[in-house]
Amino acid sequence: MTAEELKNVAVSKSVDARGTACPGPLLEAKKAIGTIGAGDVMEVLSADEGTRIDIPKWCAKQGHEYLGTLEESGYFKIYLRKK
Amino acid sequence: MSQETVNQLQELREEIDQIKNKVTGLENNRLDQLSIAIIAGDFDKILATMIIALAAAAQDTKVKLFFSFWSLSALRDRNKKAKGKDIISRMFGMMLPKEKNRLKLSRMNMGGMGPRMIKSLMKKQNVMSLDRMFSEAAGLGIEITVCEMSMNLMGFKKEELIDYPGLRFAGAATFVAEAAESSFQFFIS
Repeated sequence: MTAEELKNVAVSKSVDARGTACPGPLLEAKKAIGTIGAGDVMEVLSADEGTRIDIPKWCAKQGHEYLGTLEESGYFKIYLRKK
Repeated sequence: MSQETVNQLQELREEIDQIKNKVTGLENNRLDQLSIAIIAGDFDKILATMIIALAAAAQDTKVKLFFSFWSLSALRDRNKKAKGKDIISRMFGMMLPKEKNRLKLSRMNMGGMGPRMIKSLMKKQNVMSLDRMFSEAAGLGIEITVCEMSMNLMGFKKEELIDYPGLRFAGAATFVAEAAESSFQFFIS
């Protein structure tokens, strides 16, 4: 997805994992993904540079669709669609 | 094509098929499972073990941790006492760390200053504490097995170990048998 599309995507769940370092954001993403339905979009906020690389890999393993990342000041917004 | 080339091609094809069958067989035998044997009892090595274990569990990989030798200190509960120890066991018990928060660093321990510095950095940078990692591990169903032989050797008793759901006591054969089913195996020493 382009940055413009990401900004306008309907997000079902937002996970703020800025208060935790690796592997915290992954654990929070795992917990949160169970609360949304298939096809729903989730965003993960992380201040961790590594999480931006980790989440797409996690998506690939879990079968979720990684949509893209937006860079905000001091953190990342990482988008994915549940399978 | 000469008859010879045709025969050679045929042989190659058969070999490829055999290899394919072997690979499929191997793939089907491996579970989405990670086995880690931990020998080291240093704070940094236990921390690294738990981070990898949690990252694997977060992607639904089954994780099996096998704690042996020095790593057993990480599973001790300092508020629990065990009775009926002989003198050598008591000495070991006294000299070894009484819980995970008292483990030393494998490098730059500096008489206990290193671990204090690392812990304050961890807090500052929002890295989970070892206590929190163990409780997350329990929640994710990460399995912990205690090597019974090394526990006896070091004079530890079951009664002085932490409460962890499904804590098991077993031997090296259990680790080897389960590690053979895992798709990856690590050794932390």
